[in-house]
Amino acid sequence: MFSYIIRRLLQIIPILLAISLIGFFVMQLAPGDYLDTLKMNPNISDELVQKLKEDYGLDQPLWKQYLNWLWRALHFDFGQSFKWNVPVSHVIGTRLLNTLILSLTALIIGWMIAIPIGIYSATHKYQLSDNLAAVFAFMGLSIPNFFFALLLQFMLIKSGVDWPINGMTSMDYKWLSWSGKIIDIAKHLVIPAVVLGTAYIAGIMRQMRGQMLDVLEEDYITTARSKGLSESKVVYKHAFKNAVNPLITIFGFSISSLLSGAAITEIVTGWPGLGKMMLEAVMSRDLYLAQAGLMMSSFLLLIGNLIADILLAVVDPRIRYD
Amino acid sequence: MEEERLINFWRYFKRHQAALISAVIIIFLYLIVIFAGFLGPYGANQTFKQHFFHPPTKIHFLENGNLTWLYVYQTKKVAWGEFKVLKDKKYRIKLFYQGSKYKFWGLIPTRIHLLGVEKPAHLFLLGTDNYGRDLLTRLLYGGRVSMFLGFIGILITSFFGLLIGGIAGYYGGWIDNLLMRLVEIILSIPSFYLLLALAAVLPIEMSSTIRFLLIIVILSFIGWAGMARVIRGMVLSIKEQDYITAAKAIGASDLRIITKHILPKTSTYVIVRATLAIPSYIIMESALSFIGLGIQQPEASWGNMLSTAQSVTKMTSFPWLLLPGLLIFITVLSFNLLGDGLRDALDPKAKQIK
Repeated sequence: MFSYIIRRLLQIIPILLAISLIGFFVMQLAPGDYLDTLKMNPNISDELVQKLKEDYGLDQPLWKQYLNWLWRALHFDFGQSFKWNVPVSHVIGTRLLNTLILSLTALIIGWMIAIPIGIYSATHKYQLSDNLAAVFAFMGLSIPNFFFALLLQFMLIKSGVDWPINGMTSMDYKWLSWSGKIIDIAKHLVIPAVVLGTAYIAGIMRQMRGQMLDVLEEDYITTARSKGLSESKVVYKHAFKNAVNPLITIFGFSISSLLSGAAITEIVTGWPGLGKMMLEAVMSRDLYLAQAGLMMSSFLLLIGNLIADILLAVVDPRIRYD
Repeated sequence: MEEERLINFWRYFKRHQAALISAVIIIFLYLIVIFAGFLGPYGANQTFKQHFFHPPTKIHFLENGNLTWLYVYQTKKVAWGEFKVLKDKKYRIKLFYQGSKYKFWGLIPTRIHLLGVEKPAHLFLLGTDNYGRDLLTRLLYGGRVSMFLGFIGILITSFFGLLIGGIAGYYGGWIDNLLMRLVEIILSIPSFYLLLALAAVLPIEMSSTIRFLLIIVILSFIGWAGMARVIRGMVLSIKEQDYITAAKAIGASDLRIITKHILPKTSTYVIVRATLAIPSYIIMESALSFIGLGIQQPEASWGNMLSTAQSVTKMTSFPWLLLPGLLIFITVLSFNLLGDGLRDALDPKAKQIK
């Protein structure tokens, strides 16, 4: 198991390298660079722009720029953000944390709601409640995150509830006590987490229902029933345990869409995460920041997949990695 | 044989009411966006400077308590986004009204619109936006982007997914290895981040048609990888079957074997996957347009129309601006339900077990 994890971690390196290469050259294809916006500013002299260009190494050939970047990246120096004028690592740390807070909250909400409903639907197949759940699942799957976020904001304002609908902190955040700060952030988290969680609930719920239905057809369930076990024991002790394994595989598959969904949700609700940062970076041609955003999100995805595979081995003794 | 399959398919499909209704909705949506010029009362970029944020025009059908042909009143701006109704004169809604000029399907110049009213009254059935443009008209034109982008995108994606997955699975060896590493790299980048990086490459000043096509190229570039991987797996197992060996033995060419004997076996999967992938294309495009990187103003798309509603004051004062989002939702929901129904109907065995 241990050697498997090491091997998988080593495999991540060439993939990240390839992604960095793709990212770097795609970003170069974009017309103009950050200095173009500076040139427009009459308060900044041409000499200063030229000096900045040399400082950032933007006057060198492309392959050299890439190698320079790579060399520094290997020393955990991801370059300077043009826009914020601080090292990229300073910007990306908090953004990464915020995205993790949002994604994990949505993930927990999603699983906690989806699994019980999925089981209930499977045990009440084709009844009214099952059909209702299916309707909600399809609606949740189909509503675009950005529209759902707008709708929630709209409904909150219309209902007159005093609830923060945008950003991560209130204006008076600085002056709050530490517990007040946590409550403030938690309040701001509600809209993005509900938006992101809803899309997630729908998918997991349908899967859980399908898995449960499959498992309930198995012979050992019939055996368990025929020896007189109570229905709840059959469902929760025998069926549930076996139905949950494939869900972990699905957890692995869903990380990509979770991160993508988080990005668009962050952009609409003003949650300062990695996705919002990525948008700002590509919009202002903040080359190294965008590059770091692309790589960091990919890294999250790869690590997430690895965790899913390890979890699968932990819960399913039939799976051995060596 | 084929006919029998079709009959079988229909027998299962027609039981799936939600999918049937969805299919009807989708056909309806395609029809109305194709006839956008005729169905929309105004031009897509026709602005009414005195009617910014005009609420949906009230349609009256009672005259002194009796039913009468539909009519509207003229409205006059009194303040920003506020209008007064002038009740002194009634304006009948006219069918096949001679309104603004447009080119039917970009070819035949005409001015006939299904509905219209005489000036100075206006017929804003769903209100107007921040430039005083008729929302209904723009919804119809904007729908063209969503409805056709998803469709063309999935055609391109399926083509490359089948081609690359087919080659990788059939030949194996280094070429399989190379292609699958490439797939792995693309799948390792969260799609929305890749989308952002790629969309930023598009220059702002380019014709809307080219932009539309390039967005399709970008979406297909992101989408082919997942499909190629699954097709490869299917090809791997199909090529081991006896009839493929037989085809090889009688000297069929590789191309013939792949296109005639192997890929048709994946058709069920491809059809279902395509139907279920169209909504994700529609969502990605509208998200991109929503944040300003996709289809650009003044060209209409549901995504960029919705971005007008993105401020709290506008959203609450002019809620009709949220309508484009509702249309995206309905379209996506219909495709999802249709895909679900197709899957059950094309794979009736899976249904019988349950």
